[in-house]
Amino acid sequence: MQDAQVEQGPGNGGRQQQKRRRRMTLAAREARLAYLLVVPGILLVLLIILFPMIWNIVLSFRPIRFRDLPELNLFDFSELTLDNYRDGFGPRFWAALRVTMIYTVASTVGAIVLGLWAALVAKEKFRGRGAFRALILFPYIAPVVSSAFIWRLMLDKNFGIVNAALGLEGRDSIGWLTSRSAEMPFLGGIELPIALLTVIAFEIWRYFPFAFLFILARIQAIPSDMYEAAQVDGASPSQQLRYITLPQLRTVIATLFILRFIWTFYKFEDIYLLNGGAAGTEVLTVQIFNWLFARRNIGVAAALGVGLAAALIIFVGVYQRRVGAEE
Amino acid sequence: MTQQTLTKRNRMSRDVVKRRAGKALKWFSIAFFMFITVFPFYWMLNLSFRPFQDVLTDPTRLVPRIEDIQTVLRPLRCIFGGDTEFCDAAVRNSSYAAVLIEFNFLRFIRNSLILAGATVVMSLIIAVPSSYAMSRLRFRGREAMKVGILLIYLFPGIVISIPLFVFFIRIQQSLGIQLRNPIGVSLIYLASTLPLALYMLSGYFQTIPPDLEEAARIDGASRLRALWLVTIPLAAPAIATVGLYVFMIAWNEFLFALLFLVENPDAWTLPLGLQQLDSQEVPRTFLMAGSVIITVPILIIFFFIERFLTGGLTAGGVKG
Repeated sequence: MQDAQVEQGPGNGGRQQQKRRRRMTLAAREARLAYLLVVPGILLVLLIILFPMIWNIVLSFRPIRFRDLPELNLFDFSELTLDNYRDGFGPRFWAALRVTMIYTVASTVGAIVLGLWAALVAKEKFRGRGAFRALILFPYIAPVVSSAFIWRLMLDKNFGIVNAALGLEGRDSIGWLTSRSAEMPFLGGIELPIALLTVIAFEIWRYFPFAFLFILARIQAIPSDMYEAAQVDGASPSQQLRYITLPQLRTVIATLFILRFIWTFYKFEDIYLLNGGAAGTEVLTVQIFNWLFARRNIGVAAALGVGLAAALIIFVGVYQRRVGAEE
Repeated sequence: MTQQTLTKRNRMSRDVVKRRAGKALKWFSIAFFMFITVFPFYWMLNLSFRPFQDVLTDPTRLVPRIEDIQTVLRPLRCIFGGDTEFCDAAVRNSSYAAVLIEFNFLRFIRNSLILAGATVVMSLIIAVPSSYAMSRLRFRGREAMKVGILLIYLFPGIVISIPLFVFFIRIQQSLGIQLRNPIGVSLIYLASTLPLALYMLSGYFQTIPPDLEEAARIDGASRLRALWLVTIPLAAPAIATVGLYVFMIAWNEFLFALLFLVENPDAWTLPLGLQQLDSQEVPRTFLMAGSVIITVPILIIFFFIERFLTGGLTAGGVKG
């Protein structure tokens, strides 16, 4: 249609018109090519990620169990119900939400603190720094299945290296992943929620290299003359850290916090493989999995999925608003 | 005068003490980080070479006995068949041979290689042209697409797993297409790694000067031909890095393999096969041999792409 309009244009300035027409068709052709190139990826993502996410909401309002699957009509909307929400959002849900929050915040903060410390070390010059930077990423890139099994064997109550190295044998030995709470003999016998702390430690261990990478990249981008100027003014290393490095890292740490928060909030494999959510470590994702495969109740699992997504959106929204207000 | 020199000396010695403390802290930190990151993997290796009985009686043994290592390594040749009398008895005492032969890890290695390889190929076929379009071509909705990619990046895997599970069963029953197999799983891997691949690749394409490509086009090459002949070869290191990174993600993935392949032991991937090995009847040290088999290829790949990868990752954000 556009082409036709241009062709009908008045005779004077015909050259210019023609030029314009060619430019437009060029732009149009460019856009057409672009659409052609991006369409397969968009279709795939729509089909496999967006559409299921929306359909999950529909499923959450339908009373579906495993045994209904063979005769299930996906497009039957006659039996919509709120039962799934009533059944799913009981005391067990709120307990899991609480555990998830503790687990997420503690792991996120811990990973960032440890990553910051490692990055401050790696910015110094020393022999073997290249190897240090590569090796420190091991926990992050290793398959979660291996890492979880290594931890389980190291922390085993009977033959684990950790109990053996701490001299805890027999009745003193600690079930790091299997006890809801235990008295710490070397900490004056304080009671601690030991399994929860252990899965948090695992999560920190696995993801501090991620924080390390980002923080180190940011530190290396700080212009060195800032430090030189500070040295001339007689600033000590700790003052340089406090007044130059840390302020420069605010944005990257805020970004890391939000990313790690989101990803930890719906992390499933780590706890599932470590202890299956036993001993006070049942996070929401593990609870969803249990509704799905232990109780074979698809509707409730879907409802909890909606709850998980909603909780995440609320937390992130609140965080963004507060951080946004600060800046 | 004396007072002044005294304070001066005092300050100097305080500086020396501080510097020494700083140095000690630095080396303590280096040792601490190397210990927590390397020791667990060393321990995996150590346990994988020891008989479980030995682990039970001597949990702190730091290095396996030589004869235990030999017992583990010698039956490895049974992978290629051979003396059945020797093999039948010896395989059960060798963690690696038992895992590879009796517990089918050879097959799982093949399955994982095919699944991850197919994911990489499909991912690059889709991601290279799309990311090229996103970084070089002007079209309506480009900015929306960039934002969309970042959002998709944050989707919760467990939430989409429920409807996908229902869909795959319904599709099989009503259309007769089985998707609870490596094909269906690789489609999910593809969709979930695509945002990352697009992100990293389009970032790289932006760093290649468009002049080179324009020169080819003045010589009469079409846009796609210029992409193929000029831009892709220039971006080869980045494309290889993204490919290997997608490979690592697919190789490590556990949740979707568990959901869609668990009923079909012939199609198990390595992580799923290892997890299924976790039972009371299997000696714990076998689990460590299996872990070594899964982990070592990843660590090797990582050493090849470390430099490119850390740059590409920190340019934006990466899912973990």
